[in-house]
Amino acid sequence: MTAAFQAEGLVKRYGKTVALDGVDLIGRPGTVLGVLGPNGAGKTTAVRILATLLRPDGGRATVGGFDVVKDPVKVRRLIGLTGQYASVDEDLTGLQNLELIAALLDYRGAEGRRRAVELLDQFDLTDAGGRPVKTYSGGMRRRLDLAASLVGRPDVIYLDEPTTGLDPAKRDDVWNMVRNLVTEGVSVLLTTQYLEEADALADEISVINHGRVIAHGTPAQLKHIVGGQTVVVRPLDPEHLPAVADILQGIAGVAAESPSRGVLTVPVDGDAALGHVVRQLESASIPVLELALRLPSLDEVFFSLTGRHELEEQAA
Amino acid sequence: MSTSTTSTRLSDPHAIPDRPEPRPFALVRHSLQLARRSLLKTMRTPEQLLDVTLQPMIFIAIFVYLLGGAIAGSTHDYLQFLLPAIMVQTIMMSSTVTGTNLNTDIKKGVFDRFRSLPIARSAPLIGSVLGDLIRFVVAITVTLGFGYLIGFRIGTDPLQLLAACLLVIVFGFCLSWVSVLIGMLVREPGAATGLGFLVMFPLTFGTNMMVPTDTLPGWLQAWVKINPATHAMEAARALMLGTPDASGPVLKTLLWSAVLLVVFAPLAVSAYRRRT
Ligand SMILES: Nc1ncnc2c1ncn2[C@@H]1O[C@H](COP(=O)(O)OP(=O)(O)O)[C@@H](O)[C@H]1O
Ligand SMILES: [Mg+2]
Repeated sequence: MTAAFQAEGLVKRYGKTVALDGVDLIGRPGTVLGVLGPNGAGKTTAVRILATLLRPDGGRATVGGFDVVKDPVKVRRLIGLTGQYASVDEDLTGLQNLELIAALLDYRGAEGRRRAVELLDQFDLTDAGGRPVKTYSGGMRRRLDLAASLVGRPDVIYLDEPTTGLDPAKRDDVWNMVRNLVTEGVSVLLTTQYLEEADALADEISVINHGRVIAHGTPAQLKHIVGGQTVVVRPLDPEHLPAVADILQGIAGVAAESPSRGVLTVPVDGDAALGHVVRQLESASIPVLELALRLPSLDEVFFSLTGRHELEEQAA
Repeated sequence: MSTSTTSTRLSDPHAIPDRPEPRPFALVRHSLQLARRSLLKTMRTPEQLLDVTLQPMIFIAIFVYLLGGAIAGSTHDYLQFLLPAIMVQTIMMSSTVTGTNLNTDIKKGVFDRFRSLPIARSAPLIGSVLGDLIRFVVAITVTLGFGYLIGFRIGTDPLQLLAACLLVIVFGFCLSWVSVLIGMLVREPGAATGLGFLVMFPLTFGTNMMVPTDTLPGWLQAWVKINPATHAMEAARALMLGTPDASGPVLKTLLWSAVLLVVFAPLAVSAYRRRT
């Protein structure tokens, strides 16, 4: 089966900065490829090349078999792009924004309006549709931007950090939209800085840093490489900390750590561990304030993959 | 997340949802749609029209009442002399807005969306330039209306007045490619405005807009005589007042317009291609 989109050895330089240093990506039809990486990793550059907005200095990229440099118009008929920064027109209303795009996609007047109204409804923007976008909240802009990229019913959708800056409820909305797209058969490229997001949405994940892919696999494979999940427990009464530490050690086989006062964490292998923790805390009658199963942060991912704390280095 | 999708769009042509067929005259239709967008934006932000409404009125008031008596002996005579030139000046100043707006659109990412659509790459550019023509129409209406209120009267007929308006719009349209070029070369929208004005000041004021050419010092006369804006102002005057003969300045204005278009439109388009 041909790939929905594919990048082979992509190179892009900005002066002395090497934004992409030989990136390979492959998106299988009807699936989500997650591209996970910190700020400056090259995610946006890769997306822009795949969206025909930028020419690569080396390598090649195809969408639906069409070369992004040689056949940009054919590629543009297949794709929808939601950039990292909402690219809707602030002075126009939500409806006018969508109608304009429909018209540019050769919908006739009435059809275009129907499609615009349908999308406003789908993205819960019907009431705001007549207001200028500059009065919209961040979450509403994101939704309109996403709607705008769907007007032409694209086969391939690029979502560049679609949830960065959104609160958790809005983030869940975006996640559900992505899942809906996939059930409709759309192929998605999603970039993110959060393993949690990639884990929730992606079928496969490419981890990218300094313009290179440093790991690729399914979420399960990747979590296995980076040491699975972490159980976090915060007992209501700090008196119980030693007892909790014993329970956690008994289940995980390694000593629990205390990253901050009153909290204990321990790495575990599978989801089952959480159940054990819950049952043992219950039978010991230890009330807890916080109990969670967490995925490693991006920094922890990089630490496992490269043995270095990339993000801290960059911040320093 | 794993999916159990049985048919995907790219692998199964029957799964492709109904999408409109591409239609002919795409460039024209898309450019007009994008021009309509510029128009809607202008209507939604009337403060953007201050430069084509308030500014000509202020200039006319200042020049006519402050200087008119001293320069021409009577404010009415001076108004007749000045108004056609102010019309040209307003349009020239207003043409700088196109570059500023384009720069803003590119910075804000609006053009990224347009460029990811299957439309001609030049459509957003053409649309912006066309859409800003409405500003010229507003400028002319306001200048003529205000002038009429305070006593300006044409010395020819409505047809020649219309010819003057069209000529000025053509000149402004050709000149706006200079503004587009500037907008593509600078980083910030503010810089596009600043640089645009810097170019337009010597062009608009280095003319016989305010006083007849032969009252100027020799070096300035030399500039005024080659300045395309001078020809546009003289053409507007001749068409609106009836003297002197209009054909010379009209021809020169059209020639200059063609030169501006031929030189700056390709430069602007290639700068636009490099920028986007
Ligand atoms: N237009 C540009 N000019 C110069 N450098 C750029 C430009 N765009 C991106 N870069 C650089 O390229 C690298 C990758 O950027 P980007 O693709 O935006 O990363 P990400 O989206 O993963 O945060 C960064 O070092 C960034 O500073
Ligand atoms: Mg980015």
